[in-house]
Amino acid sequence: METFSFYAFAVLVLGGAILTITRRSAVHSAISLIVSLVGVAGLYLLQQAEFLFAVQIVLYIGGIMVLFLFVIMLVNLDEAAKERQFNGQWLIALICATVVGLQVAWFMTKGAGALKLAQVPVAAAQTGAPVSPGNVEAIADVLFSEYLLPFEVASVLLLVAVVGSVVMAKKRI
Amino acid sequence: METVFNHPLFLPVSMIVVIIAVFPLLAGYIVLIERKVLADFQVRLGPMRVGPHGLLQPIADALKLLLKEDIIPADSDKGIFWFAPVISTFTALTAFAVIPFSEKLAVADVNVGVLVIMAMSAVGILGIILGGWSSNSHYPLLGALRSAAQLVSYEVALSFALISGLMVAGTLSMQGIVKAQQDRHIWFIFENYGFMIVPFVVYLISATAETNRAPFDLPEAESELVAGFHTEYSGFRWALYFLAEYANIFVVSSVAVTLFWGGWLRPFPAVAWLEMPLNVGLPVLIFLGSGASSLILVKKLKDPVQQKTLVGAAFLCMGVAVPFLIPAVNAAIIGLFWFLFKVAVFVYIMIWFRGTFPRFRYDQLMNIGWKIMIPIGMASVVVNALLGMLRAS
Repeated sequence: METFSFYAFAVLVLGGAILTITRRSAVHSAISLIVSLVGVAGLYLLQQAEFLFAVQIVLYIGGIMVLFLFVIMLVNLDEAAKERQFNGQWLIALICATVVGLQVAWFMTKGAGALKLAQVPVAAAQTGAPVSPGNVEAIADVLFSEYLLPFEVASVLLLVAVVGSVVMAKKRI
Repeated sequence: METVFNHPLFLPVSMIVVIIAVFPLLAGYIVLIERKVLADFQVRLGPMRVGPHGLLQPIADALKLLLKEDIIPADSDKGIFWFAPVISTFTALTAFAVIPFSEKLAVADVNVGVLVIMAMSAVGILGIILGGWSSNSHYPLLGALRSAAQLVSYEVALSFALISGLMVAGTLSMQGIVKAQQDRHIWFIFENYGFMIVPFVVYLISATAETNRAPFDLPEAESELVAGFHTEYSGFRWALYFLAEYANIFVVSSVAVTLFWGGWLRPFPAVAWLEMPLNVGLPVLIFLGSGASSLILVKKLKDPVQQKTLVGAAFLCMGVAVPFLIPAVNAAIIGLFWFLFKVAVFVYIMIWFRGTFPRFRYDQLMNIGWKIMIPIGMASVVVNALLGMLRAS
């Protein structure tokens, strides 16, 4: 069952990603991207990371993709399609993709032993009892103790982005 | 047979079947109540023809919607047009999965329950946007744009209100939130020295905006946008949007009830002597009383068939009071009664809003969202944290 769900979500992720770059219509691309993100959320769920699952959906689908669609609807796409396109650089793209792919493959073979999927305790899975004691608490603990500095740096970065977008959008403050 | 009843999946699966089967009917009757209550506010009668006092109107409406021709505009994006209402309905009904109807009655108790509801309402926006866009017509597109902006803005305020509530509860699980109130013998609306009323008001206002209800119904403002994002929809697809809207109303009311008003707990859950009057007396009084008072109306009806229908409905209503008199059954269903009773109060309040407030202008809507609701929500998170620490120390 677990393997089946994994492959189902993997198909969603990859199929969505391929459709995102091949569809002509921008809205169709956005929808394919949503499908892909749903697949990623499903993979989180399979890894017993239900907090990440919910946050992935709330933030990416509910926030970012809604804004994407909002912008796509406002922009006149027929005009934009006639402009000079920047997607003809397939040679550079191919090189980049190969290098990144080789890197990922190398690290995966090197650290094959370290890569472990979350295991469902067999007894708990049989009785159907809730397994994980608290994914939310675990993330909060790690985020606010071990990784506090990166967390704060990231929030400052976001603040800079917010202030910057306000400055750029508003002519007179 | 025993093994079937004791299977861990038996209760969830039967709950799912019951919810999906019953909710469309319930939504139809919420619409009837809405029409009747609004009619009463405006000193008119509302639906009166189908059944006594319009009691069978929802069934007639549902039949009409099912049989109506399904029109798809020629220039629309067919696939998305076909799929958009499905997204709305699917997400709205999925959110029911984590609602705790009573201590035992719930499809699932997930430990990120509130987040699941937030996630589902976030995905539900897509149904509206895509439906509006794929119609390929001006009014739906404008409605969809408004709705995207409105829902994204008010979701922030909604989250801040929820965070305040969750900080008091200390858990994200819907069942856990009610159990925390049970342990502390207090509904969270009265917690933190009564300050929780502030996040509750923020929640109520943002939830009204999230469900596209008047006075925030700009996405479907009929006086300017015909019918907003669902202008081009008809028949069954339109009914799906409608079902989703009422399911969302039910869900946001349930979250308010669970987080702030004690879920399935009765008022004063720790005071033992109130057990009899509140848990037995009140439901019996409500059902017997409403049944008996509708018997008075029978004489005023002229048509004998309508008279018989109303008598039947009245006795049905009185019959519901009987299970509450049997102690064993009462213990099993009283949680459900309190939960649905509180949700009904919230649904009534939302109808009341619709009957009372005129629709906001678009700039007013955005000002309320960004300049009033979000700052108040943020401030109430901070104040709540301080009060919570003060209370705990």
